[in-house]
Amino acid sequence: MLVNFFYTLKRAEIPVSIKEYLVLLEALKAHLAFADMDDFYHLARTCLVKDEANFDKFDRVFGAYFKQLESLEDVLNALIPEEWLRSEFMKQLSDEEKAKIKSLGGLEELLDAFKERLAEQEKRHQGGSKWIGTGGTSPFGHSGYHPEGIRVGGESRNKSAAKVWEKRQFKDLDDSAQLGTRNIKVALRKLRQFARTGAAEELDLDHTISATAKNAGMLDLKLVPERHNAVKVLLMLDVGGSMDPYIQVCEDLFAACRSEFKHLEHFYFHNFVYESLWRNNLRRQSERTSLYDIIHTYGRDYKVIFVGDASMSPYEISSSYGSVEHMNPEPGHAWMQRLTAHFDKVAWLNPVPEEHWGYTHSIGLTQQLIDHKMYPMSLAGLSDVIKALAK
Amino acid sequence: MSFTGTDNYVATKDLQMAVNAAVTLQRPLLIKGEPGTGKTLLAEEVASALGMPLMQWHVKSTTKAQQGLYEYDAVSRLRDSQLGNDKVHDVGNYIKKGKLWQAFDADERVVLLIDEIDKADIEFPNDLLVELDKMEFHVYETGERVQAKHRPVVIITSNNEKELPDAFLRRCFFHYINFPDKTTMKAIVGVHYPDISQALVAEAMQMFFDVRDIPGLKKKPSTSELIDWLKLLMADEIPEDLLANRDQTKAIPPLYGALLKNEQDVQLLERLAFMSRREQR
Ligand SMILES: Nc1ncnc2c1ncn2[C@@H]1O[C@H](COP(=O)(O)OP(=O)(O)O)[C@@H](O)[C@H]1O
Ligand SMILES: [Mg+2]
Repeated sequence: MLVNFFYTLKRAEIPVSIKEYLVLLEALKAHLAFADMDDFYHLARTCLVKDEANFDKFDRVFGAYFKQLESLEDVLNALIPEEWLRSEFMKQLSDEEKAKIKSLGGLEELLDAFKERLAEQEKRHQGGSKWIGTGGTSPFGHSGYHPEGIRVGGESRNKSAAKVWEKRQFKDLDDSAQLGTRNIKVALRKLRQFARTGAAEELDLDHTISATAKNAGMLDLKLVPERHNAVKVLLMLDVGGSMDPYIQVCEDLFAACRSEFKHLEHFYFHNFVYESLWRNNLRRQSERTSLYDIIHTYGRDYKVIFVGDASMSPYEISSSYGSVEHMNPEPGHAWMQRLTAHFDKVAWLNPVPEEHWGYTHSIGLTQQLIDHKMYPMSLAGLSDVIKALAK
Repeated sequence: MSFTGTDNYVATKDLQMAVNAAVTLQRPLLIKGEPGTGKTLLAEEVASALGMPLMQWHVKSTTKAQQGLYEYDAVSRLRDSQLGNDKVHDVGNYIKKGKLWQAFDADERVVLLIDEIDKADIEFPNDLLVELDKMEFHVYETGERVQAKHRPVVIITSNNEKELPDAFLRRCFFHYINFPDKTTMKAIVGVHYPDISQALVAEAMQMFFDVRDIPGLKKKPSTSELIDWLKLLMADEIPEDLLANRDQTKAIPPLYGALLKNEQDVQLLERLAFMSRREQR
């Protein structure tokens, strides 16, 4: 049964590993949970789930899995995994894990110990809270993972207080707008890898000193590849209007891994770049940075990432005085060309769905100016941007 | 012996289970939660409840994993060698034990707190994987193998500033301190001020949770702020006032400086109070 529970968690996309499952078995063997089902719930959670964003999912799976109060016999039957499942399970184990199981007395022994636990519990709570697994059938039916499809709260037959896991107290943590959503997490991981690409040699001072000391004071230089934080990024964000929610996501994303980058700077623009940009949106009129200054301040190795819809009147790119906002003596494309001439890598993330790009003239113009390094603002797009910038 | 909280510390059932699992199975316990929810205090209280000494390793952004094991002071050695000091022949004279080593070396089981692990470089947890798993490490300079005499109870805290690597997470028990609900919060207040007036607690908690609910706060007040605030309220003998003028004060709690530390948050609160007063007129 526990094996099935484990696989059900996996299917619900909670990242559990066999290692953690074994720890749970070990903990049961150590009598950490025997008093009641709440204990077992808490124990299973502390062993198996390592991210509070997954607590709610865990609660739902748990509720669905240990749903009904039936007879002990059912529990015992359900406990024993199908033969094939057991061998499947063993097949997945590494040698180390097999050794671990062996050291705990073997899988059979572990399961027996668990059965005993259950029997004890049964004695303690005659007629009290008994529980059972659904014994191998997925609580989610055939159609995969459908959170809405599971009714948990209020289903218990005895009308006592809701079980801990039925309270769904971690609901808000799941998909919490910021970084809880799975997308953003994956995106972060990608960005983090990006931040760590690019290795230059740097002087390993500690090692040099110790090597020199060992060398009786003769200087012995040691170099190591600079291990991380090698990437420098200039983020250019289109603000004002329909872009704002997308910009927010992007800013949050980069802010969340700010410390990963050696340098991460951001500037705002509206629709397109002209002679100056700004850093603080509240003071966009009073505090502006000239584009020339940006070019002179940041080396060509800065990777420039634009985030914007690139959707505007073509004049805003191609004509002098074409900007909607101010009088620009020189057309936007001239400024963009200065930028691309200076920086080695420039890419653009666009929240407009890629299928629609062909219908907007200004997107095509922008594409030409940035060597077609425009990508949709999705996980795949982010991957592509990273690839384009890392090359 | 199992941990059930202390006279100074309220531990919810799930936290008790996490601590007991970590103590029994001798694996690290990772504690996450908002600042001020009692993560650091937990380690102290676990140590005192279990009668074990506490060793604390406070992590900073510059902390390296190696510093927890030991540091080799090559510069002193170099200097000593140039001065012809005899100490120089024993490299052991230049090895300084880190917290992990001290914890492994202790003659009894200790509680080792690794506080705010998320402050360090993202490689930091990975660099400690084996050491925490096997509770042993190698000293290259002396060829010595350091092994824990008693596996310490390792409590690691994180404010969630950085994600921790999966391999590291897999080796820990995990507990997230959910922000206390009202019942738990009352109990926490109770351990701090056993004699406090219940009417004051009820009123103050209502305001406290109202403030926490204000959308857009940069830093929501946490348990520790509530505790400090109550102390001020009692010292100022605000209670009578507070209770009598409930409606008026509702929008803006007295001595709110103790609840909100951030200038912007204070301004936000004042603005809201101003608006609600205007509406009432
Ligand atoms: N469960 C609790 N029981 C008793 N006091 C608590 C509890 N949680 C928080 N506190 C109070 O909050 C203060 C801050 O806790 P601390 O451990 O420093 O928080 P963190 O390390 O999570 O930032 C403690 O000193 C204590 O006064
Ligand atoms: Mg702390």
